[in-house]
Amino acid sequence: MLRIENLSAWYGEAQVLREVSLDVAAGEVVTLVGRNGAGKSTLLRCVMGLHPGQRGTVTLDGTELTRLPAYKRARLGLGWVPDDRGAYATLSVTENLTLPPRVGPDPWPLERVYEAFPALYSRRDSAATMLSGGEQQMLALARVLRMGARLLLCDEPTEGLSPLLVQQVGDLLREAKKHGVTVLLVEQNLHFATGVADRHYLLAEGRIAEAMDNSEVRSRERELLAYLGI
Amino acid sequence: MSGFLQNTFNGLVGGAFYALLALGLAVIFGMLRVVNFAHGAFYMLGAFGAYVLLAEAGVPFWAALVIMPLALGLLGMVLERAVIHRLTRLDPLYNFLLTFGLTLILQDLVKSRYGVQSSPYATPTELSGSVDFGLFDFPTYRVFILGFTVLLCGAVWWVLGRTRIGMVVRAATERPELTRAFGIDVGKWVTPVFGFGIALAGLAGVLAAPMRAVNPLMGADLIIVVFAVVVIGGLGSIFGSVAAGFGIGLIQAWGEAYLSDFPIVSQTVVFVVMAAVLLWRPAGLFGREEAPA
Repeated sequence: MLRIENLSAWYGEAQVLREVSLDVAAGEVVTLVGRNGAGKSTLLRCVMGLHPGQRGTVTLDGTELTRLPAYKRARLGLGWVPDDRGAYATLSVTENLTLPPRVGPDPWPLERVYEAFPALYSRRDSAATMLSGGEQQMLALARVLRMGARLLLCDEPTEGLSPLLVQQVGDLLREAKKHGVTVLLVEQNLHFATGVADRHYLLAEGRIAEAMDNSEVRSRERELLAYLGI
Repeated sequence: MSGFLQNTFNGLVGGAFYALLALGLAVIFGMLRVVNFAHGAFYMLGAFGAYVLLAEAGVPFWAALVIMPLALGLLGMVLERAVIHRLTRLDPLYNFLLTFGLTLILQDLVKSRYGVQSSPYATPTELSGSVDFGLFDFPTYRVFILGFTVLLCGAVWWVLGRTRIGMVVRAATERPELTRAFGIDVGKWVTPVFGFGIALAGLAGVLAAPMRAVNPLMGADLIIVVFAVVVIGGLGSIFGSVAAGFGIGLIQAWGEAYLSDFPIVSQTVVFVVMAAVLLWRPAGLFGREEAPA
């Protein structure tokens, strides 16, 4: 579904991605793990079209995205879940949910979103930034599900969340996967990653250092945690 | 008591102009991150346009009230496409300088054709005379300005707060890059929003024509205070700009009435208020600290 070929990216003079190539098949959940600064978030930003200094190609179901602006990529079915959760202070919770257009074949109706997230329903008219961190994360995920996005780009959705909320995020991603949604996930929590993902890429110094499946990550968990510095 | 009420009413009318101008500056700054120094020049063009339309073509006030905002809004959109948008990727200082230069050009063009003396513009006959408020009389035209401005600000407030267009503009104003990532073509809204802000300045100019001296420098005198209003309200804050506009109008009117023995104080009170607000709340009364892109 998503194919990245020879993707390089720069921040000014500094190269943060070096000829990265990877594939994500439809319905797969794939994580990117790596130390801080390895280029994980930059890779997601490149796919979304938010990083200007890049070279290489990104295709979605055969459509080349490389020259498309971010808003057109979103309309092709990319769902953006940014690391800061992207809650708008000047928009209510409902407006945060309904701002993006519906882009996929199976967008969640607002009623279904509120059924799944009663906490959001009870705060539906509040400014989204008044929500707790966990609620803002739920809002960010609910927003891309309401869009009907086919490929979610999630940047550390469990960061700073309590174990209970981490579990909820996991349930939600598994539920989305069940409905055929594809996910590319930046994640530091290996336990969480092996619980939701099919495969993992280890990014180091802007390159794909290793591709691993769940059993490999589990068997090398201690070594990987030490490497990631967690 | 009636004196106080009359001063208050005058303050609100003066504030109405600040509110209209600050509102336009706020939507433009919010969406484009451009501090439009030329805003005062477009206000002047609104007033001058109304004067020229009446003097040279017999076009009445009411028609000018529609024609000038539309024409200036269109001119604003052309300018945004032709020059301003080329500079929005650079340091904001470039557009500040560009619009400052534009101000000088527009002022001098008008000056070279009509000179620097003020031109009279008659109050439309339907709005001449005064309204009796019991304790005091107040010119009908000023009552009209106040009512019209409050309605207009309310309408803008409603559109921004209650419609899908308003929601998109708010989102794009708050976080343009994020909004693009949610499938919204932010660039498509930039030109109309700039045109709309300019149209508001033009409208304020037409409204000013019958009660203020119409001359090429009328905008330059006003814009400095309007900048203070925008800073007090909070750069980019729609509600803040309108509230601060009326507030500063009141403070100025009261200052002129009750501190007339201390002209230095009454003329600088706006800037003293601005300094105090900035010390207390650096982002302005209703402004937010810049969010990350």
